[in-house]
Amino acid sequence: MTPPSETAAAEIEVEADFEELAEKKPWYIRTIEMARQQPLAASGFVIIIIMLLMAIFADLLTFFPSEDNDLEYMLAEPGTIHSDLELTFLLGADQFGRDLLTRIVYGARTALFVGFTCAIIGSTLGLILGVASAYFGGWFDLVVQRVVDVVMAFPLIILALAVVATLGPGTQNVIIAITIPFIPQCARVVRSNALAIREIPYVDAARALGFSNARIIMRHMVPNVMAPYLIMLTSFLGQAILLEASLSYLGMGVQEPTPAWGLMLQGGAEEFAESAPWVAIWPGVAISLAVFAFNLFGDGVRDTLDPKLRSR
Amino acid sequence: MSKYILKRLLMLIPTLIGAAIFVFFLLRLVPGDVCELRLAGTGLYADPAEIALCQKNLGLDQPLIVQFFDFLWGYVVFDLGDSMWTGFPVVHEIGLRFELSLQVAIMATAVAVIIAIPLGVISAVKQDTWIDYVVRTFSIAGIAMPSFWLGILIILGLLISTQHFFGEPWMPPIDYVPIWEDPMRNLSQLIWPAVATGYRYSAVATRMTRSALLEVLREDYVRTARAKGLIEKIIINRHALKNSLLPVVTIIAIEFAFLMGGLVVTEQVFNLNGLGKLFVESVGAQDFNMTQQLVMLVVVIFVFTNLFVDVLYAWLDPRIRYS
Repeated sequence: MTPPSETAAAEIEVEADFEELAEKKPWYIRTIEMARQQPLAASGFVIIIIMLLMAIFADLLTFFPSEDNDLEYMLAEPGTIHSDLELTFLLGADQFGRDLLTRIVYGARTALFVGFTCAIIGSTLGLILGVASAYFGGWFDLVVQRVVDVVMAFPLIILALAVVATLGPGTQNVIIAITIPFIPQCARVVRSNALAIREIPYVDAARALGFSNARIIMRHMVPNVMAPYLIMLTSFLGQAILLEASLSYLGMGVQEPTPAWGLMLQGGAEEFAESAPWVAIWPGVAISLAVFAFNLFGDGVRDTLDPKLRSR
Repeated sequence: MSKYILKRLLMLIPTLIGAAIFVFFLLRLVPGDVCELRLAGTGLYADPAEIALCQKNLGLDQPLIVQFFDFLWGYVVFDLGDSMWTGFPVVHEIGLRFELSLQVAIMATAVAVIIAIPLGVISAVKQDTWIDYVVRTFSIAGIAMPSFWLGILIILGLLISTQHFFGEPWMPPIDYVPIWEDPMRNLSQLIWPAVATGYRYSAVATRMTRSALLEVLREDYVRTARAKGLIEKIIINRHALKNSLLPVVTIIAIEFAFLMGGLVVTEQVFNLNGLGKLFVESVGAQDFNMTQQLVMLVVVIFVFTNLFVDVLYAWLDPRIRYS
């Protein structure tokens, strides 16, 4: 038995530890510190937040109808005032007389929805497939890896186009077409990380304790491959937005009248390029800015999570 | 080494067969086919007997499994069949456009290499100075900017600047002439798409050059070179750059393979009659044979480039030995 005084001292020490933990700096200071360490990633994050807010509050931020044609104001110049609505076309109007700014704000909804859905579903399915492939090994691994080989032999856009050709255009099908090529990419990266983890004795220990395969995969292996998973996920975000814009530009993605940035460039942006350059410029700026922000953020996530790449 | 290449070649066979199965059945999931589209595509009434005859002529009435083995057999006897839409042999249709796509891909690669390697080197040598930040922003922007939009901007810029300086707008020519017939006309058409795609491509390569060079510059042999008093220029050009270019070569080769089939969107912007446009057209026309042959062509280019890169790697860097 330890003397009571010693126990008390230990208790006080433990309490002090807790206090120290509780006294952790408030969240905003920690945020500022992180932003200092990763200024580029932080600025990307800020742009993403602004775009998210734009997408969520699109109805409150814009006053023009987003999908109704108004041929009277076809290709109206920036600054033109709509006489009935008493509103100004800040960035001008497109070839159907719709306010560009309104459609860009609503377009953020489409882009971010497609981007997040594809990236999250694609990388999560890839995570499960990759870990399972590494954990089970044997013929399961072999079959999965050959399928991954096949899918990865297709350039991204070709595969997405082939899937869209099968399913037909439309937002939902675009999401499927973009997600499918992401799955094997993530699975391959996660698998190589998971292979190393499988060799660590604690996985054997878990198996010896009689845990089910599903439990070992979900509770013991998946948490340890979170870094490559998050790196892949963030890198998919920008790619998905770019792919959606490309597919929509080809007329095989999101369909009119839904506002989507790539689609806005398709509708004759080149045809009117000379007389109404704003139609061709602003949606492209929106795409570039979104992808730029996600790439900056993704780079930051990679630098933080992958110590090998740090300070490069 | 030859054993390794042979092994890799053998491993390509299941991948290629898998790709063939994948694309073949994916296309057949689409309701309707080229016959229905051609005869009743515009919403007109079409005689079912006529559709049936057309399907019979194209072999679309055969069971899927028979059609699939016909498709595979075509590779054995080197007969890729005809386009179901135009009726011309696939080889002929691809041959018409291959040259254009190849030329744009080569030119884009040249643009990318010319921009990427100097920029990447400067950025690494001047790490964390304003030059580095400018180069990094330039390259991140290149990755973010869709190349089809850059294409639109280039056209726009050409129209406006020629209008401004010469009094009348000028557009790049639309019809393709081979470079040996009329080099000026050929280049004035293809330089723009090459720049539009080359910028994105160079951005990827710049980043790779920078990070690879930074890594090599931290190695012991570079420190030794510095310690024995070599001037920085020689250290970089003769010692560091050679080793750091390995991953850059990989990126360049893989992007090149991608460009051969992946110019889909850029060709659309510049109205170029290349492989990418043919692909979009045959997908739209449900021309199964043309589409699957094009996909297989791209896949073959892709997997062989990957193999080529791995072999090149061993040749460039004698430390790498494949067993």
